[in-house]
This record gives sequence, structure tokens and C-alpha cells, in this order.
Amino acid sequence: MRKINFITSALLLCCLCSFSQQTPAKKQSESITITGATIHIGDGTIIDNGIVIFENGKIQAVADATTSKIALKGKIIDASGKHIYPGFIGANTNLGLVEVDAVNASNDQREMGSMIPHVRSLVAYNAESKVVESMRPNGILIAQVSPNGGRFSGTSSIMQLDAWNWQDAAIKKDDGIYLNWPNSFSRGRWWLGEPRGLKPNRNYSKQVNDIMTFVIESKAYLNGSRTNLNIPFEALEGLFDGSQKLYVNVNDEKGITDAVNFAIQNGIKMVVVGGYQAHTVSGLLKSNNIPVLIDHTHSLPATSDHDYDLPYKNPKLLADAGVLVGIHTGNNSNFQTRNLPFYAGQVVGQGMSKEDALKLITLNVAQILGVDTMLGSIEVGKSATLFVSKGDALDMRGNQLTHAFIDGREISLETHQTELWRRYSQKYQQD
Amino acid sequence: MIKRYLFFVMLGYALNSTAQEHFPKNDGVKSENTNYTAFINAKIFVTPTQVIDNGTLLIHKGKVVATGTSVNIPTNAVIIDVSDKHIYPSFIDVYSGFGVEKPKRQGFGGFGRGQYDPTREGFYWNDHIRPEQNAVDNFKYDEKSASALRKAGFGVVNTHLQDGIMRGSGALIALSNSGSNADRILDNKSAAYLSFTKSATSSQSYPSSIMGTLALIRQVNHDASWYAQGGININDRSLEAFNKNKNLVQIFIAGNKANAFRADRVGDEFGVQYVIVGGGDEYERIQDIKATNATYILPLNFPKAYDVEDTFAASVLELSVMREWNQRPSNPKVLADNDIKFVFTTEGLKSPSMLKMNVIKAIEYGLDKTIALQALTTIPAQVLGQSNTIGSLKNGTYANFLITSGDIFNKTTKIHENWVKGNQDIIQDMSIKTINGDYSFVMAGKTYNVSISGPSMKLKSDVKSDGKQLASKISYKNNWVNLTFTSTDTTQQAFMRFTSRVNQNDNLSGKVVDPNGNTAYVSMVKSINDGNSKSGQTPKRSGQSEKVKLMPITYPNGAYGVNELPSQETILFKNATVWTNEVDGILQNTDVLIKNGLISKIGSNLVEKNAKIIDASGKHLTAGIIDEHSHIAAASINEGGQNSSAEVTIEDVIDAEDIDIYRNLAGGVTSIQILHGSANPIGGRSAIIKLKWGETAKNLINKNAPKFIKFALGENVKQSRSQSGTRFPRTRMGVEQLFLDYFSRAKEYETRKKSGQPYRYDIEMETLVEIMNGERFISCHSYVQSEINMMMKVAEKFNFKMNTFTHILEGYKVADIMKEHGVGASTFSDWWAYKFEVNDAIPYNAAIMHNVGITTAINSDDGEMSRRLNQEAAKAMKYGDINEEDAWKMVTLNPAKLLHIDNRVGSIKEGKDADVVLWNGHPLSVYSKAERTMIEGATYFNHVKDKQMRLKIKKERQELMTMMLQEKNRGMKTQPIKVTDKQQLHCDSMD
Repeated sequence: MRKINFITSALLLCCLCSFSQQTPAKKQSESITITGATIHIGDGTIIDNGIVIFENGKIQAVADATTSKIALKGKIIDASGKHIYPGFIGANTNLGLVEVDAVNASNDQREMGSMIPHVRSLVAYNAESKVVESMRPNGILIAQVSPNGGRFSGTSSIMQLDAWNWQDAAIKKDDGIYLNWPNSFSRGRWWLGEPRGLKPNRNYSKQVNDIMTFVIESKAYLNGSRTNLNIPFEALEGLFDGSQKLYVNVNDEKGITDAVNFAIQNGIKMVVVGGYQAHTVSGLLKSNNIPVLIDHTHSLPATSDHDYDLPYKNPKLLADAGVLVGIHTGNNSNFQTRNLPFYAGQVVGQGMSKEDALKLITLNVAQILGVDTMLGSIEVGKSATLFVSKGDALDMRGNQLTHAFIDGREISLETHQTELWRRYSQKYQQD
Repeated sequence: MIKRYLFFVMLGYALNSTAQEHFPKNDGVKSENTNYTAFINAKIFVTPTQVIDNGTLLIHKGKVVATGTSVNIPTNAVIIDVSDKHIYPSFIDVYSGFGVEKPKRQGFGGFGRGQYDPTREGFYWNDHIRPEQNAVDNFKYDEKSASALRKAGFGVVNTHLQDGIMRGSGALIALSNSGSNADRILDNKSAAYLSFTKSATSSQSYPSSIMGTLALIRQVNHDASWYAQGGININDRSLEAFNKNKNLVQIFIAGNKANAFRADRVGDEFGVQYVIVGGGDEYERIQDIKATNATYILPLNFPKAYDVEDTFAASVLELSVMREWNQRPSNPKVLADNDIKFVFTTEGLKSPSMLKMNVIKAIEYGLDKTIALQALTTIPAQVLGQSNTIGSLKNGTYANFLITSGDIFNKTTKIHENWVKGNQDIIQDMSIKTINGDYSFVMAGKTYNVSISGPSMKLKSDVKSDGKQLASKISYKNNWVNLTFTSTDTTQQAFMRFTSRVNQNDNLSGKVVDPNGNTAYVSMVKSINDGNSKSGQTPKRSGQSEKVKLMPITYPNGAYGVNELPSQETILFKNATVWTNEVDGILQNTDVLIKNGLISKIGSNLVEKNAKIIDASGKHLTAGIIDEHSHIAAASINEGGQNSSAEVTIEDVIDAEDIDIYRNLAGGVTSIQILHGSANPIGGRSAIIKLKWGETAKNLINKNAPKFIKFALGENVKQSRSQSGTRFPRTRMGVEQLFLDYFSRAKEYETRKKSGQPYRYDIEMETLVEIMNGERFISCHSYVQSEINMMMKVAEKFNFKMNTFTHILEGYKVADIMKEHGVGASTFSDWWAYKFEVNDAIPYNAAIMHNVGITTAINSDDGEMSRRLNQEAAKAMKYGDINEEDAWKMVTLNPAKLLHIDNRVGSIKEGKDADVVLWNGHPLSVYSKAERTMIEGATYFNHVKDKQMRLKIKKERQELMTMMLQEKNRGMKTQPIKVTDKQQLHCDSMD
């Protein structure tokens, strides 16, 4: 039986590998100019008839064609009637870590153990994942890849999604550490006959204390001679010297408040991830400059009493309160990350402007992840990571990419899925 | 004292009473006590409505001989004067596990362990069907519990073995503390019990769901008649017992109103009227409860207030849960007001002693005292068909009665004695005389004033002399009073001691010993004006009689519930963009008239008198969204206990209170098919419903829809993710063989049935025959092309057509063959990568199938996605360039066609049901919202009303929390916050 399982797994792996990814694009060799399109800058502004020029992977010029005369350079792409967007950035994704949810052999999301900040998503990232390539036709060109297990889950990295391997995929290695804040409620052990519902977590304080202890011990260790290497303690150094951020998965009001106090007390730069009830403590977040990566909007309210559209409007509630907010997709199945633009679009129905909604998956996220000098908006000097869409890319009807660029490299928009589409469409046309 | 004397007499009597005529006796002489006992001067409740003031109760040999005001008392009677006392029939609990030990659960209850076969031989094939159990065989008298029950007023309980779905017969037990079980067992087959809970003795996995349980109960009924007809030629002790128990009262443990309706429906199908053990939530649907015609056995475990001091935790406490706390004590009153018969049970209470407190609470919430008493005496006797023996003090009934200090439902009333079958149990000695009052006595020339107050167990004394307050202490036990007080000489610490035997006289006479050892006899004279204000009863607790504020009930009874159902309106939508889904396509600036639940007229410049005009300029009017594959609004989804479960139906387990119904309406959904899950190749039957929020489960069902069943293929049915699967099939090869087997058997079944020979009615086979005869359609969960091909071939072999492939993620690979077979498709817009068999799932699937000419729908299988199906349809525009009209049909007209309900819904056409949605923008845009969702001309979602309800919910939550905080401040016990952890059900959910 064990042998059969082994063979099954081996077969599965073979099948998974049988289609390889599109070949990554070559380095930008000539200047590219895109004309005629509506440019969505990503910072909330828009140019109706714009020109973008980029060279050597960097944006050289962004101009309004109706007001400025600028010399077009290199290859000209006429994008009249189309839209240009900065590449969308997926935050807290598991891209490249899991291929098929239900096939354990293809899943590298969670390491065992509790205090494991040292495990790194970077080295498990599968640049040739079919799921990764399926992001690009929807405009997601950048992703933070984070691990999920334990209390301190491990270290995340930020990747661009058109690469040969993780080395050339990495934009910012080991950008932050993920922490799962203890839950205020625990689930009844229904299999032991307890009621199925949630009840206050009696171990909450102890679990919070464990985090505190771990951090204090790490600090003490790092201040010392470090003669006996302690890998988990070493891993926290970036939090204390400010080079890494702490991403804290926490949803409830009390947990957020406790987590914020914890971060302030330890001088740690922190980001709330999840933040279902963050809007109830927006004052605290704002005054401490703590941004929120809010759960994607296509989720259900936590209780029957909550507004049916609370998840839809949650980003707006925070933005209106002056909190820096982006959308993350960590709570969803990996493949769903490609719906990121629509998670942002959903907020528009709640009264947020389209350009502000765009920030939720571009500039705001770039700022939160600390890559906004390079990414997140179409501005001179930034990376030419952008795409052209036939229509409004935040709406399902308009999200139709014609061109996409990462660091000026024109990447393929084909995938395993588009190939099958063509293959079978042709089959029926021939018949 | 006569009573003390009597106690000993009774003991002797009781012992004698057990000495049976035909039993030998070796420890003394055979003696029989044939004396009478007469209780005189009592207020006697012969029944709750037949009350005798100042009457006599005469008992003899454990039975009531006479009651009345002029009872002839025989000379050999012991007479007990119980003036001022009340006598009630002792209480009866018809739902009890007294003295019958429950078996301990073996292992983890079956699921996942994969035990499919029974563990018993000579019984029914399912271990959870145990009608052959007899409580009496497992009965062991439990004196400790009996004593607790007697203290709470009970004289008789009907006990049973609380294990299994069919639990066998109960036994009626008198709780007499003397004698033997020979005396105690009043009836050794008193009622038959059923429940929704499986036996702890077996891990047999079927049934794994409520719907499986209901199907099993039905099949047992069929099999039992088949057995009775001689159709089964082996001995089956379960069916044998089932048939024998048929004439017993049938008690079904439902536990909540939804299950009560389910149980009652099954009862109706087989001509059985169950007595139903309820859950305390009956008031929420009282008319439907009444319609069950059942008598209810009500637990009285009213919820304690929640501790809402922690505002963080309290924020997740749901309104429905808070309302339970607020409203449930009114449940008995509501049942009474609606003339529904009910009895009370102690089941669910921590201890029987809590019964009285909770009955009093129900009375404070308006329950009539007489009805409360009936619920504990005459009605339970009636339920058990034992009105002539228990539950009253009519002549000939057992002498089971309570002697109380007054009205039994008064907080301060004491139960003095509980007599069971003529055996006395003294609970609080009534011979104890109250000595509270003011007294004075003179000793050595000094006058002392003594005041005695407080409850008899904890008396307080106050002694004064010469205007001085003297420290004092009093105790009163076994008719002796000891009073110690300091002497008037305060210069030294010296005590005076007074001891007195209490007798009939009101004065306390006894001796005083002074500090010097001198003794004097004094008589404390009770002042005539003994001032009840000071002495006497415990002061009434304040606040108790405050009028409780009851929150209004809504349907469902929680957030966003409605006070009354919306009614059909005449509505004229003006200037809308109308998506007809018909040849007219999308009409601009068009008026649509809704009348009598139908789409009455479509045109321009329509006028209708008395119509409510809605300006729809800039808005879009569409047909309501239809979800072909949903798992919301169901209490269970999978019956995975067997590889086929055609006998189960989701219609049995519709949950009309699921908040996801409301959320779906807010997303423009009006009709859904609730499909069985994918745990097995032949799944269960579907429920096709309209989302009429506020209606009962029964009324959600779309009566115009044809019958459907779920089939499933692939990873789930072969249990790929279970390492230890023992259930056939384990491969796609086996899946085919399973279908061949079942359909072949169904053919044979039909042949026999048609031949006119007697046959065993098999619900599962009946369902499969319907499929082969085109009377029931299949919606088949499918992924990869091989299995899709296989399924169509199986159908063709048995001359029927597959109706719908659902999921059908590789449909694009065999679209031409599907087209030829004539099957439709209902798929996800863009799901993939969640398991191995969806590796080749592509978002262009819907487009390819549509282009080939297959009726293609986009479905949810998910309570979140279902409320945005308009957006999922829009993805067909992104992936595969489907035009917007065709994309829109994928969530409206096409699923209507697949469900064969397109004659009534799915498009905007004159004469069709007015199931329409008004959108604030383009219906396929991620930016648009449903403003109004109508079903049959009634508005079930309205965005303006939604906003108002949010405010109302906030206000009511605050109000309830304030009330709970007040309760906590009054010192009442509270319980920690709990959150109902709503399970989102999917194909794979194993419930």
C-alpha cells in the first residue's frame, strides 16, 4: 500500500511537471513607448491620453499627450482606447509554495514547529508553477510569498512572476516575518462532544506571553556574544534593526490592540494582516502609523449580525479613517490570487473611487511592503512593471491584457490554460 | 407526635407491602398492614382543575381510596392533620434516563474510520436501529437520583436507554424508596423512543447525517411491514420488536423546532403521531408547531445571561443568541396560548432541583399556573396512557402525592413530603413549628424582650432588657430551642442560657441557667400582635416581579429576520434597462409591471392604477439569478455512510434560517438547487428552492420544479484522500461498476414491482427507477473527461439521459460528445488547482462548451461566491469573449433550463414569475449592487430596508446587553460568550 502511494505521488509529480512554464522574457533591449492609453498611475491620479516611455527596465517618461510634446522612442505600441496600469502586487500569497491544494506532495506552505521565523519561503518558491503563470494574464506581476505555519511562521520574500528560478525571481529577499497572533476565541472540540461553537480562548494570555518571551529571549541573545548559534533567535534580528517588518495575522479588535502594543513596546515595524475588525481601532492604527493588509473582499461576514457587505467595504472604512491599507489574499486558495483586481473593484461598489481602489493593490501595497521606490505606480525612475488592458482592469468585463512588462521585459501572457483553450477551440472548429 | 410515630409505622408498612403472597418468609412472621391513612384539612389538588378546600385524602395499600370533604374515614385509619397544607399529585417525567446506564462511545463515532457493516447478528442491518432494547432489562434502581427527583417533586419517571436512533421501549418507574423493583416498575413497556443520535455502541458510519437518519427511519418502517408480511425469511429481532412496539406511544427526541418538523413529517408518512421532545425554541414558529398536532416534552434549561462586560468578546455575540436568553422563558406560555399540549422534563437541567425555579420563571413570563401543574401531572399521565394510575389523586390511582406548605409554584413554598405508592419521604419536616415572633418574660424582676426572626434553619434572635441590647444566639433543632444571651451586667462576660421544648402552645416554656449556675423556670409569652413584618417569611427578592421586556420575534428569529413576510405588490418599474433574456435582448428605457406575483407587462409608458412606481432610470432590471449548485440553507449536505444514498433528500434538511439566504438575496439570487454533496457516487435527492427569506423550510421548496438527484465521480467518491478507505469504489474503474450494479438492480426491482408480486419497498431503488423512467434528473459532479464519457455511456446503456454535469471542468475536452448526448453543463467560472483532478480546469471551459452549443451555466458550490454570481458570469466575458447577453444567461436562463423551471423563471417575459432584480448599474459589473430582489412579486431584499435593519440590530443588541448587565448586577449567574461557528458547507462537507 505504501509503495502504491509512493508511486501515485511520483506519478502526480510527473504529471504536474509535464507542462513547463512559458519561457521568461529577455532583458529589455530597446526603448518602448506606449501611446494613446488612459494611464492609471497607481497613486490615485489618471492621465486620459498618456504616453509612457521606458528603457533598460526603468520608466523614462510619463506624460499627457494633450499637453506635452515629447519625443517617442524605440518600439511604439499604440494603445488607443486601452488602459495602462502598474503591475498589481499580491501581498501575503502562497504562490510557488503550493501547486495543488489537496496534493500534499505539492504543498510547501507550512513548516512544522511553532517558533520558526527562520524558515524562508524564498527557497521553496517554484518559479515554474502553473499557478504563478496564471497570475500574469490578470495583471498580477509581483507577489509577496509568505509561509503559514506555527506561531512565528517564517520569513517572506517579494518576487516578480516571470523568472527561471527563485534567484532571478526575488526582488526583495526576506522582506519580513509572519506571525500568527493568538486567537481570542477557540473552537469547541466537537469531536470530544463539546459544542461546535467558539468560546473565549482560555490560553490567550499564555500564548501572547510565549510570543513576548520569545522576543525578549531573542533580544538578549542578539545583545550577547552569540557563541552558541540559535537559528530562530538570529532570524529576528531584522525586526530589531528595522530592516524587516513583522506581518501579524490578526483579525479581532482585542488581538489587534494587543499586537500593536507588543510591536510598539519592542520597537518593531508592524503590519496588520487580516484586520477584519481593524476599522474599530483605526485611531490606534493611524496614530501609530500601522498599515493594514486587509483580507480580500470576497469573503463572508464573521457573524449573522454583521452587514452583508462588511468584507466588501472594510478597505474603505480603513482608508476613510486615514489608515494605509492594501489587500492581501492569504486567506484564499492559492489560485484565487488572480482575482486580486476584482477584490479591489468590489470596493468601488461601496463608494471608493476607482483610482483609490487601484491603490489597494498597487502603490499602497508597495508602500506597506517597502518596495514603493521601485514599484506600485507608473512614475519616472520606477521599474517598468506595468501592463496594458483593453478595458477597466478592476472589472471582470474589462480585464483583458494585451501587453505586460516586468522591468521592461515584455512577458508572455500565455499559460497552460490558454494553450488548452486554443487547442480545444481549434478541435471543435476543425470538426 | 403523631407524624414521628407515623414514620415508623410507614416503614413497617412499606416493608410489609413488599412481602408478596407467593414469596416465602424466613425472617419472622408474615404480617400485613391493611391500615388506612387519612390526610385531613388539606387543600387537595385531585387534578390541577379539581381542587378541594379543607378536604380529606384517604389512601390504602399504596392507592388513593377517596378524596373529598366528607370522606368516611375507616376506624383502622391513621389520621394526619395537614391543615394549611396543600396536597398535589406527584410529578411525572416522561423523558428520563433514570437508572438505565448509557453505553460509552466506542472509538470516534465512525466517520472516517470507514466501518460500513453492522456489528450485530440477528438484528437489523443497521446498528443504530435498536427497537429491541427494553429499558427494563437494563434498569437498576438508583436511590441517589431517585431521592433528588423526589425532592424536586417527582413520583414517577418514564425511563429509557438513551442510545441509538430507535431506542426501544421505556419503563415506567415509581420512585419509591422502599420495596423492590417489583413494586417500582409500573409498566415495563411504556413507550417507544426515537432520536437523531446514533448508538454509542457502534461505529457503523451510516447514517452520517440527519437526512440519512430520516431515510433510515422510513426504510425501517417499510421493512417492518415487509417483515410482518413474511417477506423476510430470516429472524430479525429488531424488526420483530419494532412491530411489537407499534402500539406504544412513540416519543421522538427532536431537540429543536426544525428537527421537530422533520420528525413529524416522517410520522405523518407512516400514520404515526410522535410525541416530540422539543428544544425550547418552539415559540419561534408556533403556528407550524401547532400544525404538527404533537404533544411536546419541553426541557426547561433556559439560557443564562451572557457575560458581556468584555466589549471585545461581546461584539461577536449574535443577536439570535441574545434573544434566546430573552425570549425562551416565554416558550411554555406561547405554547399554552396556542392550545398546544406539553409536558415538562428535567432533561437538560443540571439537577432536578432546578425545575421548580424554571417553572416559576415560565410563570413569571405569563404561563398559567394550572397549565404548569398539568404539564407535570395530568398531561404526562395522558401521554403515557396512564391517566387512571398516575398524575392525579382520583380514586384508584397510586398514592403519589406531595404535601407542601402552600402553592407549589411559590418561591417560598416548601415540599414537606413526597409520597410514592403510599411510601412517605420526608423532605422538609412539616411538624417543625414556626417560632418566629416577639416574646417577653420576667426573671429576677427584670423584663426581657426577645424577638425571633429569619428562616427556620437560620434563626436570628434579638434580646433586650432594661433598654439594653444583649448579645444573643439562637438555635432550633428537633423541636428544641436553645437561646444564649449575655447578662444585663455588662461589666463581665457572662451568659444566660435558655432551653425549651417547643409544643402546641405558642409560648416557649423552659429553664434558664444563669452565670452562677442557678436555674429558673420561665415562660416566654408570645405577644399576640406578633408583627409579621418583622418575623415570618424571607423578604421577597426585589426585582423578581419586574415586568420582563420581551424582544419581538422575527422570521428567522435573529439579525435581518422579518416581522412579517413580504407580500406581493403591484410595482411598476419605469425607464429601466431591461435584460429580457428573450429575443428582445436588452431593452432601453423600458417599463415593467409586476402584478399578482407575475411579470404582467413589458413596454413603454405603461400606466397602472395603484401601482407603486419605481424610477429605474439608469438602473438595470434582470431576472433573478439561479444557482444550479448550492449548499447553503441546509442542515446537512452529505450522507456518506454508504456508496449510494439515493434514499436521502435534501428537502428533509432545508435550513430556512441560514443567513446566507439573505446574503444571496442581497446578491440578486432568487432560486437555487441545494445539491447533496459528493461523498458517494449515487448521492441524495436535491431541493430546488426559492429564497423566500422568512418562510418555513417547507414553503421554500419550489413546487413547480421537477425531481433531481446528485451523482458524483472522481476523487471524492473514491475517497482518494483517505489512506484507509474500505468503501468500494476506490478507482474510476469501480465507479462505473457501481452504477452498473445499482441500475441493474433497479431494473430487476421494477420488473418485480410491475409483475404484481409482493415486493420489499426500497426507497433507494424507487429513486433509481424514477431516473431510468425520466422522472428524476441527474446533476452529476464530474471533472475529468474519462469519467464524463463513462457516465454518459452508463446512462445510454439504461436508456436515460444525463441532465446536467456539474463542475464539469474538463467538459471542454468532450464538449462535442456531451452535445450529442444532450447533456447540459454547470461549471465554475475560474476554479482550479485545488485538487489533482482539476489540474486541467481552465476558465475558458464555459465559453468553449457554450460555443459548441451546450446549455451552460455558471454555479457557485460556495456560500460566498453565490452572492456574486453576476461577477462570475462576467468572467465568461473575460475568459473566452462571450457576449454580455449570453454571459448573463449563464446565471439566469441557462440554469433555469437545466433545472427545467425556465417555463416560470430565468427571463423577463410576460406571464413568468416576477423573480426580478433591480441593479444600480450594469449587472455584470463588479461595481454594481442589487438594490431590490423580488420573488413572485414580493420584495425579499431592499437595500434601503437593509440599512434600516442594521440600525435596528445595533439598537436591539445594545438593549439586550444592557439587560444582561443588569442581570449580572442583580447577582444572577452568567455564562461566557459563545459564538455559533457557522459551517460553510461544500460538496466535501461530511455532514
